[in-house]
Formats: sequence, C-alpha cells, structure tokens
Amino acid sequence: MFDGAIADLVTELGRLPGVGPKSAQRIAFFILQSEEEDVRRLADSMITVKEKVRFCSECGNVSEEERCRVCVDDRRDRSMICVVEEPKDIVAVEKTREYRGLYHVLGGAISPIDGVGPDDLRIRELMTRLADGRVAEVVIATDPNLEGEATATYLARLLGSMDIAVSRLASGLPVGGDLEYADEVTLGRAFAGRRRIEP
Amino acid sequence: MQVLHLELTNFRSYEAAEITFAPGVNVLVGPNGVGKTNIAEAVGYVSTLNSHRVAADLPLIRQGNDQAIVRSTFSRGQREIQLEIAINQGRANRLQVSGSPVRATDFISQLQTVVFAPEDLSLVKGDPSDRRKFLDEVLVARAPRYHSVKADYDRVVKQRTTLLRSIAGTRGASSRAGAESTLSVWDDQLAAHGASLLFGRLSLLNEISGLVSQAYEHVAPGKSAGIAYLPRSFSDIPSEDSLPRNRQALEELLHKEIALRRSEEFARGVTVVGPHRDDVLLTIGELPAKAYASHGECWSMALALRLAAFELMRTLDDSVGDPVLILDDVFAELDSTRRKALAQVAMTAEQTIITAAVAEDVPAELAAQQFVVTPGQVARGN
Ligand SMILES: Nc1ncnc2c1ncn2[C@@H]1O[C@H](COP(=O)(O)OP(=O)(O)OP(=O)(O)O)[C@@H](O)[C@H]1O
Ligand SMILES: [Mg+2]
Ligand SMILES: [Zn+2]
Repeated sequence: MFDGAIADLVTELGRLPGVGPKSAQRIAFFILQSEEEDVRRLADSMITVKEKVRFCSECGNVSEEERCRVCVDDRRDRSMICVVEEPKDIVAVEKTREYRGLYHVLGGAISPIDGVGPDDLRIRELMTRLADGRVAEVVIATDPNLEGEATATYLARLLGSMDIAVSRLASGLPVGGDLEYADEVTLGRAFAGRRRIEP
Repeated sequence: MQVLHLELTNFRSYEAAEITFAPGVNVLVGPNGVGKTNIAEAVGYVSTLNSHRVAADLPLIRQGNDQAIVRSTFSRGQREIQLEIAINQGRANRLQVSGSPVRATDFISQLQTVVFAPEDLSLVKGDPSDRRKFLDEVLVARAPRYHSVKADYDRVVKQRTTLLRSIAGTRGASSRAGAESTLSVWDDQLAAHGASLLFGRLSLLNEISGLVSQAYEHVAPGKSAGIAYLPRSFSDIPSEDSLPRNRQALEELLHKEIALRRSEEFARGVTVVGPHRDDVLLTIGELPAKAYASHGECWSMALALRLAAFELMRTLDDSVGDPVLILDDVFAELDSTRRKALAQVAMTAEQTIITAAVAEDVPAELAAQQFVVTPGQVARGN
C-alpha cells in the first residue's frame, strides 16, 4: 500500500500488542502530521526506557535502581510475598492499597503451548528468597485463567513442604481475565478474601 | 423469538445488504451460488458465533476486506434486542448487545437458532468429532456458561498434549521428572474441566434422548431410534449407564483413568483420557446408524437430532420462546412424508427461515413471505 519510511513505520507499529493493521496506519499518519518536537519526545522516551529501566535484583519488578521502590521501602511487611506474573500486575495490586508486603515477579505463567515451563519462570529465585525463613506467608496472585491456575497449583505444591502459609487470591476476579484489567474494588476484595490452598 | 432485521456489511458475498424478516415462515429463493445460504449462515452466526459450514471465520469476510459486520435486531417476548458482531481478520472479533460490548458467553445467550442443513448428514455418517460438536452446541444453547467450560477444556487438552509431546521427546531422567511434576498440575485441570464438560453432556443427553426418539418417530414412523453417550476414554466403562451422574465422582474417575494410562500417554504423546475422545451412539431399530442405516434413514436421523434440539429449547422451563428455525436447502433432500413432517414443525415455529434454489421444492403450505435473492441483494417477492 505504502512504501519506504511509512511502510516501515506501519510494520513496526503493527508489531505492538493490541495494534492491528488499521490502527497502525492511523498512528503512522498521526505521527506524520505531528510537530517534530512531539515526535522526538516520544522517540526519546522510548529509548530512555530501554536504557534506564532494568529489573529489580530482588523481586523482578521494573526499576531504575538495583532494587525497586517496593523492595527498598522500610515500611513494607517483609514477612509476606505476593507472587505475580508480570510487573504490570504489581501496579494493579498497589492501586488497591490492600497489600503492604513484598512482591515476586515470575515473568509469566506455565504454558506448554508457549514453551514456558517452571524452569523458565523465576521460581528458583523465589525459593532462594524463602530459604531464610523470614517469610511467613505467600499470596499467589497469578491471573485467573487456566495457565495462572496451573502455575498457582504448581507453586502451592512446591511450597507445601515448607513452613509457610500459602494463599490464592479469592475468586470474584473474572475467570479467563487478566489481573491488570480487574478493577480496584474487585481486586481489593479478592485480596481481603484470599484463601489458603491445600497442597 | 424472531429475527426482525438483518444487516450485512462485507459478509461473504454481500458488500451491503439489509433484510426485514416477517414473523412465521420466510423463504429465500434464487439460483445456485447466488447467496441464499450466506444469509442463513449470517443469522446462525449472530446467534452462536459458529458457522454451520466452516470452522474458521476468515471465509465469512468478503474477499478483499479485513472486516465483516453483521447486525441484527431480534425480538424476545416484548423486548427488542440489537446484536452486532465485527468479524476481524487477524484480530479478536468485537461483540455488542444493544450497543454495549460483551463477552462471547453473554452474546450467545441472546438469540437462539436451530439450523438444519445438508452438512448435517455428517452427524450420522461423519467422525465422532461431528457428533461431539452437535452435543456441545446444543449444550451451550441450553446453558451458555458451557461456552467457557468447553473453551477451557479444549485449552487444557492442548496444553497437556503439548507437554506430553515434549516429554516423549526428552531422554534424561531428571528433565523428565521435572516435566512430570508439571504434568500432574495439568492432570488436575484435565480432570476438573473434563468432569464439568462430561457432566454437562450427560445431563443434556438425559434431557434430549426421549425427544430424539419422538422426533424420529414423527419424521419416519416405523422403526425406533435412540441416542446414547459413548464414554470411550474409560477402559472398563463401556456405556453411559455405568457413569456416575455427579461432577465430583466424574472428576475422581477421570483422575483414576489418567493414572492408569500414564505410560500409554508417555509413549504416544497424546492425551488419551477425557471427553474429547468420546462419541455418541445413534441407533435405528437397534442397529448403529453409522454402519447400518440407509441414506434416507441417515437423513431422518439427522433431522430428528435437529428437531429434538428445537423441541428441547422451546420447552425449557425458562424458555424465552421458540428458537428461530433455519432450514438451509433441505427440502430437496427429503421424500414427501418427511417433507410434510418437517413442514408441520416449521408451521408451528414462531419464525422459520428457509432457503431453496427452486420455490417448488418448498411444501406449498409454507409458501408465505418470499424473498428473491440475486447476487449481492435480497428483495421481497410476492
Ligand atoms: N468471503 C467471500 N467473499 C466473496 N464471495 C463469497 C465469499 N464466501 C462465499 N462467497 C460467494 O458466495 C456464493 C455462495 O453463496 P451461497 O452459498 O449463499 O449460495 P446459495 O445461494 O446458497 O447456493 P446453492 O443454491 O448452491 O446452495 C459463492 O458464489 C461464493 O463464491
Ligand atoms: Mg445454499
Ligand atoms: Zn523489588
């Protein structure tokens, strides 16, 4: 349809999640008609995010420092760890203001179709964090879909032999959903009503 | 219920078309290949999100476009409800009920239809998957929450089978032990979701089996017809009679069978236990229809299955009126007795949509509102 620079841009935009060919075209033309300084700011912020942001050495959250804001915060309850799939899930949980413990980011969920097994997730890192016995409770907040459930069951069995209370977010979360799309009230309630899971 | 209005944009052969249906019988007439079935298919799709002809959505989008839109207004009792689907190429479809975005489960619980078409011969003659599909379609129409039960179950099977295949490919004992610990998680999911689906199917069969016999008797008096669930994934349970009618017990049974078949699954790299392996046994005069029935008997059986589904839906306690009956090109296939039997049902339905290449194929008593179909257009006839 187009060639050269525009075609390249449409192709690149089309690779972004949730952007179909039509949206990619619309965004490309929007950029073409924008002021150059606006476009430069957008491009710079994309580069900066890549250069500056890394992953917290403790929990796997996104961070601009060695350890993330949650991990360095002295007021957080260090006896609790909430296990999530992605850093964006931390944002969702934080909004509820229900939870004051630490986090652990797995980096996904068990899904053979996508070639993701337990070894591809940050489960070993979690076990290391739990080894010193300071953590008394683990809340599993994986997505309320099949893969999230499978991952939760797997973790619950793994942690079953340790002296740690393991709970799963209470349902009420839309099944088949993504944690990040759950509204704050629902997610808050789910936290309040989390239940122990028997390994 | 009744479809009042249908509007197609880039759906199949239609760039833009609108039809206002009448209550009672509607007959779409036109030469072969003109687009009659496309209309019937659109009504079916806006009801179930399934086409009676193809498994994939892509052929529904008009050649050269990347989106098809189907809009429909239908009435249920006193209420008028708008349905809209955007079928998108390479992206999720968008569903709306009266202007609000909804999920598939909420969408398919709106308009109810029963489609009978030449393809239905495969219900009798085809693979077990054709019969499972029939059962699951009726189950979902009966209780829409089974839409997600089915989707979840299918995904569990896919996940678990992928895992089994990868285990079959590993040699080292330690990596195999790792994979097996993940497998037990998927075993749980298979048993849990499988039991839900199995329970739904068994309950449905219980409700529909009498209706199938009755419908067959009506369509082809003489021999008696039967339908039974064939649980093929249990080594020592040959018929549905020995299955427990309780979700929990079914789950335990599946668990036991999964453990029993472990080595076979490892060797073959397939999920061999679960309702995705089951079949439905159709019998005419005690003999299995698939292997014994004549061509005409097969047609009667297929028709009886659809009519039973229709009867089930209209007589539910919480029934919201008759489903819309869609008869795609079927009168030409039936002899006069069966034409009459089908016509009788069509006459009593709140609304029927019929397609036929030749108007004379449709029994005279159904000659009501006619539509003449020409390429890309539908116009009111008579
Ligand atoms: N995605 C599509 N884009 C364009 N045309 C299509 C598409 N899908 C189907 N068609 C055309 O629609 C026509 C088939 O329409 P349909 O099946 O409704 O015919 P019909 O009137 O039912 O015919 P028959 O009497 O033979 O059953 C074919 O000519 C086919 O090429
Ligand atoms: Mg046709
Ligand atoms: Zn951190």
